[in-house]
Amino acid sequence: MRVRAITAAVLIAGLGAVGVAIAAEEGTHDARSALMKKVGGAAGAMTAIAKGEKPYDAEAVKVALTTISETAKVFPDQFKPGTETGDKAASPKIWEDHADFKARADKLSADAEKVLAQLPADAAGVGGALKTLGGNCGGCHEKYRIKTE
Amino acid sequence: MVRRFVRFLLCLVGVVVIGGAAVYFITAPNALPESHWANLGEPDLKNGEMVFWTGGCVGCHATPGSEGDAKLTLSGGLALKSPFGTFHVPNISPDEKAGIGTWTLAQFGNAMKRGVAPNGQHLYPSFPYNSYARMSDKDVNDLFGFLKTLPKSTNVSPSHELPFPYNIRLALGGWKFLYFNDEPRVALAANVDDRIKRGQYLVEGAGHCGECHTPRDRLGGFEAGKWLAGAPNPEGKGRIPNITPGAKTVGSWSEEDIANYLETGFTPDFDSAGGSMADVQRNLAHLPKPELEAIAAYLKAVPKQ
Repeated sequence: MRVRAITAAVLIAGLGAVGVAIAAEEGTHDARSALMKKVGGAAGAMTAIAKGEKPYDAEAVKVALTTISETAKVFPDQFKPGTETGDKAASPKIWEDHADFKARADKLSADAEKVLAQLPADAAGVGGALKTLGGNCGGCHEKYRIKTE
Repeated sequence: MVRRFVRFLLCLVGVVVIGGAAVYFITAPNALPESHWANLGEPDLKNGEMVFWTGGCVGCHATPGSEGDAKLTLSGGLALKSPFGTFHVPNISPDEKAGIGTWTLAQFGNAMKRGVAPNGQHLYPSFPYNSYARMSDKDVNDLFGFLKTLPKSTNVSPSHELPFPYNIRLALGGWKFLYFNDEPRVALAANVDDRIKRGQYLVEGAGHCGECHTPRDRLGGFEAGKWLAGAPNPEGKGRIPNITPGAKTVGSWSEEDIANYLETGFTPDFDSAGGSMADVQRNLAHLPKPELEAIAAYLKAVPKQ
């Protein structure tokens, strides 16, 4: 009985996840923001540690950095040719200068992996890593993100 | 009959001449006298550097596309497109020929606080003297001292490309008559916290935040009663956000959130500064935290929009 209930729960949760994935179709504003929110969530987790709001936790830092690295790798796939319209926050420059756009995403991913390879050992180290990674956020948003409100 | 007509004509000419003289008198470039700038003493370069980052001079005056220390070469050259034409940002490096190396403090001060060029002409308000007019003479002196320590550039920017009638500098006197003043943008209570006063000084003066965040009318002056209410992005698509307590996003941020955003570039939900604000934030990040907290306190004290 219990096993069945758990199985059902897992199935429902799984369906829910699939549902979310389907709702945010590739190349839309929602899909793009969802990925950026993952990166934001990871940066938030690291900030909480850097500021001392949460104790240093190597595992949490690892998870955050991995999330940033992997999300940055797939993010440019959300901007394939043909998806230029419909997202008011995406600058046309993304497609005009796609090589640079992709290079910036790759750099964020590489920077996160670099930090991951020499995992910061304390809150101050996490703060330093955030500064390095954060420069990528502003640099890319400066050129490619349009503020809509 | 003819005599009467001649008399009428003479009167008309007289009225036009006197009227014209009066208009010119009202709208003529109005520089502060040399003596005003005479006794400010040696500039405090450290403070000058802080004024420099508050103003974000590099945002417009650095070589377009430069990064890191190269940004400190204020060669100009950026093309600023506007509804009135294209402005080409000048070289303000200490180069004697191409830059401002031979300027006196009085010339620099009058450009900053009165919008008057060394040759006595009006400057275009694309150079935000309508904000800088609120800066203290000391800060202007310190900033001038600091600018002189930066690298020289021989770059000469092209002239502004402005269609008639915007190419007539004399007409800027009329613009100044309508819009230029050095009064506070918002009336704060006299007993308001010193931090808020400091924030007002930074935001309304050197920081010139209102230049982008306040909507403009058709002549390019601020719309009355819309201080920091947000405006269309002058550089293209999108909007410059409302940053008053009534704002959809920034209005929900705490003082600490705002100060933290200016320091790190991260919003409370870990989005990051983008567009032209990315550069503004990098510049402001050079300021000590209490200065950023003062800006935040002031932004919480301005009228809701």
